[in-house]
Amino acid sequence: MDRIIFGDNQFFGVDHLSDDRARQKEQRFKDTGEIIRVLDMAYDAGIRTFMCTTYARIGEICEHIRQNQQKYAGFKIYPCMPYAHKYANAVTEMGIAGALSHFTGQEGLVNTIARGSKAVVKRDAIELMQILVDTEMSMFHGVETGVIFLQNVITDLLLGLGMHEFFGEFAKYVGEKYNSEAGFITMNLPLLTETLLAQGMEKPIVCASINKIGFRMSGTVAENEAILASGNVRGVAMQVLAAGALGPDEAMEYVSKLPGVESVLFGASSRGHIEHSAELIRHYSNDVATLSDVG
Amino acid sequence: MGISHLAILNAHPGVELVGAADTSKLLRWGLGRYSSMAMADDYQALITQEKPDCVFIATPTKLHYPIARFCLEQGVHVFLEKPCCLNYEDSVALRDFAREKGLLIQAGYHNRYLGTFKHVRQLIESGELGELHYFHAEAYGPVVTRKKTETWRSNRNEGGGCLYDYASHVINLVQYLLDEVDSVSGTRLESIFSSGVEDAVYSSLQLRSGLTGHLTVDWSDESFRKMSTSITILGDRGRVEANAQEVKIYRNKDGRGDEEAGWKLSYLTDHTDAVSFYLRGEEYTAQVWDFIDNVSSGGGKHAVNSIDSAAETDRVIELLLQDSSGTAGRSETINLKKVLADKGMWERFKLLFLQQAG
Repeated sequence: MDRIIFGDNQFFGVDHLSDDRARQKEQRFKDTGEIIRVLDMAYDAGIRTFMCTTYARIGEICEHIRQNQQKYAGFKIYPCMPYAHKYANAVTEMGIAGALSHFTGQEGLVNTIARGSKAVVKRDAIELMQILVDTEMSMFHGVETGVIFLQNVITDLLLGLGMHEFFGEFAKYVGEKYNSEAGFITMNLPLLTETLLAQGMEKPIVCASINKIGFRMSGTVAENEAILASGNVRGVAMQVLAAGALGPDEAMEYVSKLPGVESVLFGASSRGHIEHSAELIRHYSNDVATLSDVG
Repeated sequence: MGISHLAILNAHPGVELVGAADTSKLLRWGLGRYSSMAMADDYQALITQEKPDCVFIATPTKLHYPIARFCLEQGVHVFLEKPCCLNYEDSVALRDFAREKGLLIQAGYHNRYLGTFKHVRQLIESGELGELHYFHAEAYGPVVTRKKTETWRSNRNEGGGCLYDYASHVINLVQYLLDEVDSVSGTRLESIFSSGVEDAVYSSLQLRSGLTGHLTVDWSDESFRKMSTSITILGDRGRVEANAQEVKIYRNKDGRGDEEAGWKLSYLTDHTDAVSFYLRGEEYTAQVWDFIDNVSSGGGKHAVNSIDSAAETDRVIELLLQDSSGTAGRSETINLKKVLADKGMWERFKLLFLQQAG
């Protein structure tokens, strides 16, 4: 994975601290062209990986990249799936069985399960998961992926419920079908990492909230730092600015120097902020490289 | 909602989840096969067989009373999703029965565990806003944004409608931050897209302290990405505006203390402690952890979210229904402070929910 990964929260109208700022962003990024202009700024700043949720408009962005392959040489997209709102709305509207039938097109199978037929074999839920992955991946054809992430709400729900088998099955499937590694976004870095290791995964890619003040870092900061330092996990740091509570300099210094953090994920929507953040990450990462060279 | 509670509970290191009951075969099949949970369709059989220390109830509201009653009869502590019951009478009956049996019922009003609102409560208690003269409590969100298929949420007899859902949270927040509600007036329950129930609730609330304010709740507002609850409180020393993300306080020259008069903003990052397991928000985990603590400590600890205050929310819901239909009257009121001052009340409570591990 690249050292710097560009995120997409700013395009959704998400702002963890301010509803007003969220509204301004939502208004600006209604125009997909505006999203592409910001992605171009990130590309100009030397960033080559964009991590994004699989919402419908990403299809337009993938299309733009396919049509301008030379311009975006070396550009990768890491999909994060699923786009939870889409499924949550469908479940409210159609119920769990209805939503599953709708998205998988497997009404017969879903009905068999819903009726509680004893004939259902264990593979079926895994097959439904695979069909859902395919549905989400359809818009990415012809775009380099490399890592495919499971969204935190799903990861953490499966983690809490103890349905751990899906993690391994997901990793196996995206490896075989999409030649990509699996990544897991979580708000519970220590617990998830231990669980994935216990499932027999080697050095899993885990993307989690990692920041100097411990915001949304479940467990203690020390526990999070220790699991990263163990060398058993490839960390992707997100929420590095702690929802704006940290200044960029101290925020980037902390994550860039933290052992076990392979990549730093950040989102920004102006050229100045993008360039400044990328510079800071490179600067503090070089400090670490120099130190380890000496050591 | 039920599923996320289940995940949070299952992640609690001191909880052994001995079973879950659901009417959905699909859910029972999925959880039964891929997790280690024992799934059942008959909750009564499950409870009598497993004899748990406590039970979580996250069903449609109309089922709250019979299920909670059964749990109490079996000597089991209860976490009850909000609102407690479809009428005040049932809530009071549950409250009294729990008291008689020495059992805890905790309600699912999670705003009481949000860092920003907890901070507002401290501001008010410390008198920083001076004497209060007005409040406006609001919630908006995109639950029903067009005419659509009927579910239990569109049937008031099952606990559907914005009043039992969104508005109950806002009323409970007013109780938590300010005071119990004494009377209501000018209530309007408006249908926007729903046919059987209201999508918006507007009313004037008068509190026991004499403070008055307004309630504005609308779950058919798609300009909000998700439920957004906020409160504005005006005092003679300043003003506070708060939601789940931020607290904005303005202190006038009387309220400034050593600081300059003006606005001061703080954020959830300033008021939120990390939790051991995060799923949808710190407050959801915090309320579950607190419940387990309350049950396992066998009392002594003041319950932030007991049925005493949650039953009062149901009384206010009833007042709003009466007022909107022109049959307003003041319901019998309960002296909550006296109830809470009844020391030793919690001390008889024994161990928890779903048996403690180890």
